[in-house]
Amino acid sequence: MENKLDGNAAAGILQEIFPYEMTMAQITCTDCGATMAMGATAAYMHGMGTVLRCPVSDTVLIRVAQIKGRYFLDMRGVRVLQISAEA
Amino acid sequence: MERRTLLGRLTWQLGEVVATGPETPRTKSITLALPNWMGHRAGQHVDVRLTAEDGYQAERSYSIASPPEEAPRVTLTVERLDDGEVSPYLTEELRVGDKLELRGPIGGYFVWEASMSMGGPLLLVAGGSGIVPLMAMIRHRTAIGSTVPTRLLYSSRSFEDIIYREELTRLDEADQMLEVVHTSTRSHPPGWTGYARRIDTDILREVAWPLDQHPLTFIYGPTPFVETAAAGLVALGHVPAHTKTERFGPTGER
Repeated sequence: MENKLDGNAAAGILQEIFPYEMTMAQITCTDCGATMAMGATAAYMHGMGTVLRCPVSDTVLIRVAQIKGRYFLDMRGVRVLQISAEA
Repeated sequence: MERRTLLGRLTWQLGEVVATGPETPRTKSITLALPNWMGHRAGQHVDVRLTAEDGYQAERSYSIASPPEEAPRVTLTVERLDDGEVSPYLTEELRVGDKLELRGPIGGYFVWEASMSMGGPLLLVAGGSGIVPLMAMIRHRTAIGSTVPTRLLYSSRSFEDIIYREELTRLDEADQMLEVVHTSTRSHPPGWTGYARRIDTDILREVAWPLDQHPLTFIYGPTPFVETAAAGLVALGHVPAHTKTERFGPTGER
């Protein structure tokens, strides 16, 4: 059974990569154009990594994994990623 | 507290266990002293990492139960999962004086601050140990003297499984603006005044704030619980953008 969670569940690994709190970052879906906070996406945790999907179209937005000391970040489903640079 | 977006990358730090105590037969609270704690906001979580003698590591996320005002002490409440890799150690083996490796705080989406309510009331919906980050919000709300009207709808298996039961009763009685509504899904003692079934649209209709008050809602619990509660609120006309959810799956150990 897949373990469906919220984007917040990916906050840890994303904050290993980015120096920002990423659950408030806004993602625009390549497929349907919906824009939402990363924390509002659907997250699926696998042993192989984390997949974030668009809650509207179910498109895979981001795949992220850390394997043998290397991060793999596949963002093919993200048209735009907006990160607030200030408080 | 100053709210900063640029946090720097997450690093692991060691905390010392300064107190432990049972909350229910299956859950325990663990208070850590964290000299390098940067402070947190109510609703955030930490990652805990255990390392075995052979180097094997297991990592799990746990919600913070304590309000920001208690920093640099941080309390986690952990539910023991019998087949878990991490929670049996935390609930059975860990002692005062032990060191625990963790990193955080993590997350900014599932967070409540008084300034976010914008005058609207707050609805907190908890399933089982999903109460933990919502309790941090309630404790923070009390600590800062907030008068935001707040309702907690809290679903537990039984009376004995209600985490923070006495504290919630105390706060409910002391605070006119806080209302705690329980539902008990499997068993309940004589004289029980709460609901006695799983959360459904009828319960949500009775407990949720009227739409014209623009409530802000946080839902936390197991995935099916969250989906039921979120779908019920949306069916009642609540705005998804003002309804924040977080799910813990069967292996999430959150």
